[in-house]
Amino acid sequence: MRKISRILMTTTAVATATICAAPVFADDVKVGVVTFLSGGAAGPFGVPARNAAELVIDAINKGDLPAPYNTAGLAGNTIAPVYVDENSKQKNADFQKLVEKDGVEMVVGYISSSSCKSIAPEAEKLKRLTILFDCGTPQIFEDIVTEPHYTFRTAATATMDNVAAARYLMDTGADAGRVAGINQNYAWGQDSWRDFSASLEQLAEATEVVTEQFPKVYAGQYGSEISALLTNRPEVVHSSFWGGDMEAFVIQGSARGLFERSKVVLTAGETAMFSLAKQIPEGTVIGARGPHGDLAPESDLNTWFRAAYKERFGSEPTYPSYKMAQALLGVKAAADKAGSSLQDDVIGALEGLEWEGPSGKVSMALAGGHQAIQDTAYGTFKLAEDGSASLVDVIRYDAGCVNPPAGVKSLNWIKSGFDGATCN
Amino acid sequence: MTQFDRTELTLFAALPVLVLLSVLLPSWIVNYIQVSLGTGMVALGVMIQMRAGLVSFGQGLYFCIGGYAAGLAGKYFGITDLFALLGLGVVVALVTSVALGFLLRRYREIFYAMLSLAVSMILYGLLSSTEELGSTDGFNLPVPTYLFFAPEGETARLTLFAITATIVILSAVVLNRLLRSSLGLVNEAIRENELRVEYLGTSAHMAVHMTYVVAAVVSSMGGVLWALALGHVDPEMTNWTTSGSFVFIVILAGTGSIIAPLIGTFLLEILRVYAVELSPNTWQMILGSVMLLTIIFLPKGLWSLVQKTSPRKRFDPDTGDAVAKGV
Repeated sequence: MRKISRILMTTTAVATATICAAPVFADDVKVGVVTFLSGGAAGPFGVPARNAAELVIDAINKGDLPAPYNTAGLAGNTIAPVYVDENSKQKNADFQKLVEKDGVEMVVGYISSSSCKSIAPEAEKLKRLTILFDCGTPQIFEDIVTEPHYTFRTAATATMDNVAAARYLMDTGADAGRVAGINQNYAWGQDSWRDFSASLEQLAEATEVVTEQFPKVYAGQYGSEISALLTNRPEVVHSSFWGGDMEAFVIQGSARGLFERSKVVLTAGETAMFSLAKQIPEGTVIGARGPHGDLAPESDLNTWFRAAYKERFGSEPTYPSYKMAQALLGVKAAADKAGSSLQDDVIGALEGLEWEGPSGKVSMALAGGHQAIQDTAYGTFKLAEDGSASLVDVIRYDAGCVNPPAGVKSLNWIKSGFDGATCN
Repeated sequence: MTQFDRTELTLFAALPVLVLLSVLLPSWIVNYIQVSLGTGMVALGVMIQMRAGLVSFGQGLYFCIGGYAAGLAGKYFGITDLFALLGLGVVVALVTSVALGFLLRRYREIFYAMLSLAVSMILYGLLSSTEELGSTDGFNLPVPTYLFFAPEGETARLTLFAITATIVILSAVVLNRLLRSSLGLVNEAIRENELRVEYLGTSAHMAVHMTYVVAAVVSSMGGVLWALALGHVDPEMTNWTTSGSFVFIVILAGTGSIIAPLIGTFLLEILRVYAVELSPNTWQMILGSVMLLTIIFLPKGLWSLVQKTSPRKRFDPDTGDAVAKGV
């Protein structure tokens, strides 16, 4: 017994010592970086985003980035990242801990829309600059925080992906008389399908939804859903599947000829483009939730990002990596513009800011300068002669063409026939 | 029954301490205490069932029912009064648990665990596919008011904490009474030998049913308080991982005292926070190792450390220690 109590006392002592010894660095800007580091979303999203954060933060600190980001630090101050796992039941308490105990100057993070919904009001309450880098729900600034001051989102909403998908089908002359959808039965899948089907209804002359499949997320087996898609003979199949589910659907669907019979649109297909190059049938329409990855326009920054990422992590950066890089570069651009890395100065500079990310220009145009819009692009998958994956027939859409104007709710905008859209 | 036992006196003493701490400690720790009080209530619900040898792997069901009842009342009827929301959560949980109890009271051991899990996952499935309720994203709750009192800012935070602490402490005292009452003792007898309980003329079904309903009510109160502190509910509240974590807490803390799950919840939370800080990528390994060590060295939970220091407690029938040989 005494031995056990001694063990326990030692453990307690060590734990207490760790608790008390919180490291403090002078002149560093502490930045909380919150992504999924465990759980189902870690592999496809959280870890690529964290990798990008490590890479870009190191490069910012060293001043290694191409122009115009080739000065070291945030207005000269080194970034000290604090990584936190988004996979937690007490996200708000964790956020508060980051702000109050760790004393971060700002928080960059949050992949799940559920996290964003609960964090956005918390950020306003605790008055701490919070940059949502990935989550897609348009509700954040439309319903939840209608007058943001501390909350920003440097990623476009999910609306953009699906409006652009519908436009791409029209512009490539696809038949869209009979449409079907297969989306995961949770917020992301439901929202994606709602936006896509509503957009198509506006754009196509006569379109009919022949079947809507909503298997549950992480199901992995889509036998019966694929049968339903085959028997209903749709001309277009829309899917917002991501990660492992999307890969499983591609493998199972292509084996049964679904991709030959219908034009399949994968709005988040880009993450599997290289790993499944042999399985994805040619002609599949592929999106990357923005002009990321292979859809990113040529630029020095993009070239640097791809090469540096591949060298450090051994794989191509996918869109979550791009989005993280985009958010961090936005912070750098704002801090450099303000000449300061203090929260209030960064907020002032970030509002309505335009900057170049690895996937092109980003502008904080909506929600009073707090919500980003950017161009987007879709392409059609093609396997080149040498067996490498590529996208052809890439069409780029102006930000103003696929995003609602300031002050209009996404779904209302779609239903109004894209009132005020400016397409080139 | 009018006399307070040591556990109750400790609980009463803890209340002013908690309130004092909420002013003294940095607010991020207070926040963790507050959310732990909410989830701790659910752990209490799991614990009182465990006293009867029943492991509920679906206690998240009532945690979620409480949270959603409060959330929906706020969203659709504009109710922001904490007591009204709490009452509503309790009523919904009460009705659901009385109905489900007729089914669940007939099962024991793994069948009870699996059936409770199944019911909670049905709710999870329903909520995840309901777009009107925000699906898996859930929705946000209003800031609570208290009868005619609508504080803001720092006062609001402290008020919610003080009220949460009071409700949790009072519930814990009531539950402690319940464990000492004939129902509590019958539950322990059920765990030991259900057949004999029936021979002695008591209905085991009835005792299990009542325990199930009490556990549900406590959990739903935890759900309301937790959701109001967080300001957001989503179906994750009734997912099996959430329910599993409540079982985890009770195993870690032990079933020796009503205080154990409350403290256990907070300790586990703080342990997780520092594990994440120490190693953001592999914090689960730290948590897992602690669990493993606890189970190996303290098979009756952390509470056995406290109990061993007070020998008088060993033969106290209230704690169930004297009968618990080799269980």
